[in-house]
Amino acid sequence: MQHGKYPFVVGFLTVPLGLYALFVIWPFVQSIYYSFTDWTGLSPDFVMVGLDNYRRMLDDEIFWKSLQHSLLFALLLPLVTIGLALFLAFMINVGGRRRRGGPVISGVRGSSFYKIVYFFPQVLSIAIVALLFAFAYNPSSGAINSVLRGIGLDDVQPLWLGDPDLALWCVMAVIVWSTVGFFVVLFSAGMASIPVELYEAALLDGADRFTTFFRITLPLLWDTVQSGWVYMGILALGAESFAVVQIMTTGPGGPDYSTTVMVLYVYQKAFRDGQAAYATAVGVALLIVTLAFAAIVMRLGRRERLEY
Amino acid sequence: MGSTSAENPTGVGRRDLIKRSAALGLISVPAVGFLSGCASGGGGGRGRAEAGEKTAKNPLGVNTTAPMEFVLFDGGFGREYAEDAVKIYEKNFPGAEVKFSATQKIQSTLQPRFNQGTPPDLIDNSGAEQMDMGVLVGKNQLTDLTPLLDAPSYDDPGKKVRDTLRPGIVEMGQFDGKPVWILYYAYTVYGVWYSQKALDSLDEKYPETWDEMLRVCEKARKRGMAGWTYAGKYPYYIPFSLYPMIGKVGGREVLDAIDNLEPNAWKHPAVKDCFEAYYELYRKGYILKGTPGLDHIQSQTAWAQGKALFIPNGSWVENESSHVIPKDFELAVSAPSGLDDSDRMPFGTIWASGGEPFIVPAKARNPEGGMEQLRIMLSEASSKNFTTKVKSLTAYNGGTDGIPLTSGLKSAVAALEKAGSNVVNPRLQDWYVQLQKEKIGVAGLGEMMAGRLTPAEAIRRIQGFADETAKDPSIKHYKHQ
Repeated sequence: MQHGKYPFVVGFLTVPLGLYALFVIWPFVQSIYYSFTDWTGLSPDFVMVGLDNYRRMLDDEIFWKSLQHSLLFALLLPLVTIGLALFLAFMINVGGRRRRGGPVISGVRGSSFYKIVYFFPQVLSIAIVALLFAFAYNPSSGAINSVLRGIGLDDVQPLWLGDPDLALWCVMAVIVWSTVGFFVVLFSAGMASIPVELYEAALLDGADRFTTFFRITLPLLWDTVQSGWVYMGILALGAESFAVVQIMTTGPGGPDYSTTVMVLYVYQKAFRDGQAAYATAVGVALLIVTLAFAAIVMRLGRRERLEY
Repeated sequence: MGSTSAENPTGVGRRDLIKRSAALGLISVPAVGFLSGCASGGGGGRGRAEAGEKTAKNPLGVNTTAPMEFVLFDGGFGREYAEDAVKIYEKNFPGAEVKFSATQKIQSTLQPRFNQGTPPDLIDNSGAEQMDMGVLVGKNQLTDLTPLLDAPSYDDPGKKVRDTLRPGIVEMGQFDGKPVWILYYAYTVYGVWYSQKALDSLDEKYPETWDEMLRVCEKARKRGMAGWTYAGKYPYYIPFSLYPMIGKVGGREVLDAIDNLEPNAWKHPAVKDCFEAYYELYRKGYILKGTPGLDHIQSQTAWAQGKALFIPNGSWVENESSHVIPKDFELAVSAPSGLDDSDRMPFGTIWASGGEPFIVPAKARNPEGGMEQLRIMLSEASSKNFTTKVKSLTAYNGGTDGIPLTSGLKSAVAALEKAGSNVVNPRLQDWYVQLQKEKIGVAGLGEMMAGRLTPAEAIRRIQGFADETAKDPSIKHYKHQ
């Protein structure tokens, strides 16, 4: 039995690890390699230029702006999204008043309906969501300004995506709107696995909703929250922010560079300006930011695992 | 995507998570290397088809049995005009197999093939996914189209192709020096687009000077109509009327200096005067409210609905907004208004230039076939077919007689006639895309027209951007010949 173990394990691991190496590791290695060249992306010839791309990055104002926005996304979006999702999930699952003859803990009235509704945005592709909001933000005939006019606020007609002070917040709002539902479902599932006895005991001790949430729900949900945090941060640094910025914003990336993010910059440099090598250098910077983000979250979130 | 983790949320271990985060977040890094294929791979490519014999019917010496591949950008002009031209090619060379495809994703489809050295024989390199021409030229990826230009034209063997083209088309295809790398097939007229009917209802003619322009706008405002709107989210539409105005006021040299990225080119008094004139539109409230938040379609729709009188645009607007432009709109285009009588060029000075850039890759298997296909498209019959189907002019000089023209097109033809030789052709938008769109357009003009920069600040900023581009060694630089 013993000596048959390794071939058995290796047999199972080869295919997935091979695929992982081919489709994840190898492109990484390739990209890092290209970041030291002057490859345009439009022809097979290039030469090594050493650290030139990285040196250029340090003086590139647009790069720093996009880095700044990406960091803001990575800090703020998980905080808001996860916070909101926790609140909503708690209200759906635990926050309801006790009803006579009902279970000890339950959500607010109509919670099963809300649970489905919150998940709706997740069903729509992010491209569609971005497009819909681009219409809604239209200052002259969009839904938001029409509502404002409808309730008599004729003077409050912001330019939304056309205003450099508002545009970034408009974009963030869309990302929160489109992702919060997923985390509500994720946390709901996590809350469902917390034993009811713990809540009963808390209730007997006279705990109110706040205490229940902070003393019972959150600690027992910690692992899920942490995973969600990393996942959301990655969405905010990667695909989700790209789609929304690319589809919705002025330019895209504007007005006046107020919404440019790193992924967008990678895309523009590689596919608009024919500077694929520089784009990979920016991509490597994004890789470092993403890894650092994941490491910090894991480090800060380290706690004793609670067994129940 | 979340269903598996939702079922088992606590089962995600730390190590898994790091792995996953790597896989997810970094997708953008490998994507670059991945999408564009393996740059260092390929290289070899396939053999080139042997050229055929040059005859009067086949002046380019196309190999009559070699397959030909043609990739078209499937955009505002559709694909029908090209399909019709392919049919003619197939008829002329019954032994050749033609592979025709149309896509919006020029870059994603073709970039890997360039990297592998196996590109098609003819490409319409257009649209949002256009491959950077400067880079393609700089990396010797294109075939010089001079043989095509010197070949006899399709209709008249006594006339070379180059002599049947509209002014500026050949020069636009050159980057530096003699070779012609690109053939622009469509011909676009840029300017100020408006409804003749709306202007008539104000008892006004198209204003030739800026004072008149302001007066017309004031009159329109009293009727509850804004003077101007523009694609606020893509403010690089503003130059379509602003640049030719600068040319009219200060002369061609000012525009050439700007294109050549000369120091202080933007500090020329003509630039300052024109910027101030446009800023006046904002200051006096003649710009449609909310314009900075509108994209091109939204602004064109507002304009077609009569909310604004004028819009800077190109001749594609007639086709693009055909479903919102009312039947009795009487679409018209005019060369931009100037400042006053002291302008260097006469009223009528207009920006017109080629669109839909066609290229034949250097590593094409059948470059003669690609060029022959272009020669067919540049015949009078094909040109008329294009104009009839998509309401736009082609590079073929003429080709509008005897076919019914829509009102916008008719007015564009008239505007070109009025301009005569006073056609300007600023090149920033094809030489320095990032500078033109993102820097001058969005961060400069867009901010000024939204009232967040004064003209002086905008000029200082744009000059800074131009200097940056001039100094950037990673960008290839061009000069007017």
